[in-house]
Amino acid sequence: MLISRETKLWMYKTMLLSRRFEETIEQIYLEGKTPAFNMANGPIPGEMHLSNGQEPVAVGVCAHLNAEDIVTATHRPHHQAIAKGVDLKRMTAEIFGKQTGLSGGRGGHMHIFDTNVNFGCSGIIAQGMGPACGAALSRKMQNKPGVAVSFIGEGAVNQGAFHESLNLAALWCLPVVFVVEDNAWGISVSKQDSTAVARNDVRAAAYDMPGHFVENNDPLVIYKVAGDAIDRARSGGGPSLIEIETFRLAGHFMGDAEAYRPDGEKAFLESKDPIPAFRKILLAEGTTDVALDHLKDQVEEQVSAAIAFARESAYAPAEDALTQVFAQGEYHE
Amino acid sequence: MSNTKIRRLTIARAMAEAIQQEMQSDPRVFVMGEDIGALGGVFGNTRGLLEEFGRERIRDTPISETAFIGAGVGAAQDGMRPVVELMFVDFFGVCFDAIYNNMAKNNYFSGGNVKVPMVLMTSTGGGYSDAGQHSQCLYATFAHLPGMKVVSPSNAYDAKGMMIAAIRDDSPVVFMYHKGLQGMGWLGTEAAATVDTPEQPYQVELGKAKIVREGSDVTIVGLAMGVHNALKAADKLAEEGVNAEVVDLRSLVPLDRETVISSVKKTGRLIVVDEDYQSYGVSGEVITSVVEHDYSLLRSGPKRVAYPDVPIPFARHMEQFCLPNADKIVAAFHAM
Ligand SMILES: Cc1ncc(C[n+]2csc(CCOP(=O)(O)OP(=O)(O)O)c2C)c(N)n1
Repeated sequence: MLISRETKLWMYKTMLLSRRFEETIEQIYLEGKTPAFNMANGPIPGEMHLSNGQEPVAVGVCAHLNAEDIVTATHRPHHQAIAKGVDLKRMTAEIFGKQTGLSGGRGGHMHIFDTNVNFGCSGIIAQGMGPACGAALSRKMQNKPGVAVSFIGEGAVNQGAFHESLNLAALWCLPVVFVVEDNAWGISVSKQDSTAVARNDVRAAAYDMPGHFVENNDPLVIYKVAGDAIDRARSGGGPSLIEIETFRLAGHFMGDAEAYRPDGEKAFLESKDPIPAFRKILLAEGTTDVALDHLKDQVEEQVSAAIAFARESAYAPAEDALTQVFAQGEYHE
Repeated sequence: MSNTKIRRLTIARAMAEAIQQEMQSDPRVFVMGEDIGALGGVFGNTRGLLEEFGRERIRDTPISETAFIGAGVGAAQDGMRPVVELMFVDFFGVCFDAIYNNMAKNNYFSGGNVKVPMVLMTSTGGGYSDAGQHSQCLYATFAHLPGMKVVSPSNAYDAKGMMIAAIRDDSPVVFMYHKGLQGMGWLGTEAAATVDTPEQPYQVELGKAKIVREGSDVTIVGLAMGVHNALKAADKLAEEGVNAEVVDLRSLVPLDRETVISSVKKTGRLIVVDEDYQSYGVSGEVITSVVEHDYSLLRSGPKRVAYPDVPIPFARHMEQFCLPNADKIVAAFHAM
């Protein structure tokens, strides 16, 4: 699969956008949480799962998706949301709990839903997989275009929903692609302590679908492998399973002391940070520093605009908590 | 217990100590759950256990709740005494069959021949903006289904004694601990849950409520965080010259209806505080217990201060708007 220069630049820029966005969120998250770290405080309360290091997965896959395609994501959704084209301003406002947020403050960072680009998430492990199958089924039944991609972590492959969804997708030949982000950790439990299976792509065989494994967080290889699987789904060939080795550069969530990590692992992963590595490739291929710095400036502007929008937006009236429980916007006592 | 050492412990430490002491005295006791090993439990209640007992008895699990809770049932039936953790009660959705169709029913199905001496410990509660899949209490969901004891302590003393009692109990016990009481500073904590706790093992009988403040004008019933809100409300009411009695249920199954009824006999007024969803829940059950017994005990209609029937929102001000608190309890009293 050929990859155009334009696509490569989009991938680089989107990785950078995700990273700069999260670096900024990280700073703001800590506001009001020092000296004593209390998750309940500050302009962004609650849990915060960062995806820095995992950007190649999001861009390598989403480069093949249109707005009409469906993505289901997890508790760690920012990189995928950004790559899928979720409205950054409204997503940021949601993370701040503001009225202008995608859900008016009801969902927060683990529950990002943007219907314009068919993006949704669940904070319950593997629970995006069934809905991805259902969306794919719906497109098939309605004879409408579109594929569904379900992103999960490597920890999720040990849930029942993983196996049930793969079986259903294969049985009904659904246009869905399951993407496992193998960042080697499920909170503090390592991959080898959670399954006897070294590479989860082999599990595809159990459901008679193609399985692929991508090593070393390489955006260009991810692009190619994901492209083949998505093309296959689009053309009626059915589902695929892809596991991608990626890096969780931060803790499981902010505030995680990460004492369970082996010595030196963090420094090693940081030395393999995919963004500078991709920049090197682009430079070697002849893209200029000036051009890449220009993309960086654009990204900074986008992030600043999104943060300003979120900060300046108002909170919804507290009573709004009692709305939107049912389809007519009401709730029943 | 005359020469026992007393220390102030958080609920997290009290739970860990109870499990530790039971593991020291009973080789059948072991722990399974996500992140309960090296991490010591996301909420600190297994801290130090891996170092003392090793990976064989302190088992980190894959994210496979159906399998490892089901495994807890099987091990318990085969003579072990597993303590199994469901990290957040909200995750019950992926594994409830192992809990309510197996753990809770096999004693009955077997005509009492199969015992399931297992503890399922799980975190509850919100108040720190973790949104609707990580903040629920779901007390009534568990208490509704026959065959499992359901308890929730409000302080470290009870937590230790109830955990030891739960491990020694031949019936399955769901031990629900409220995150806001754990003594984990990182999600905010109610200081009054950290109390003097004896070092020596002891039991707090399951199924017994406790009057934590005596009064004569109104009975406020709650559990876990609700008790602390009730006590704060009682302090406020005292400033108005109102003398509130506070009942800590501690256990939902069995439910100590008698303690509630005799308190209402004295006060003639009843407010139930519940952080779980209001409808079909704890508050309805407690009020019905009194009314069924003798509706003339009540001098005015009972009140409930519970979580409205909506999913838990993320935004702090919206969540706080929904949560029970002392002011809402005082207002409920004024509306009586
Ligand atoms: C059913 C269920 N069990 C447990 C959890 C708690 N939990 C949240 S994230 C997580 C680890 C997930 O690991 P992985 O799937 O590899 O994703 P990662 O966090 O590495 O992105 C766990 C156990 C949950 N959210 N849902």
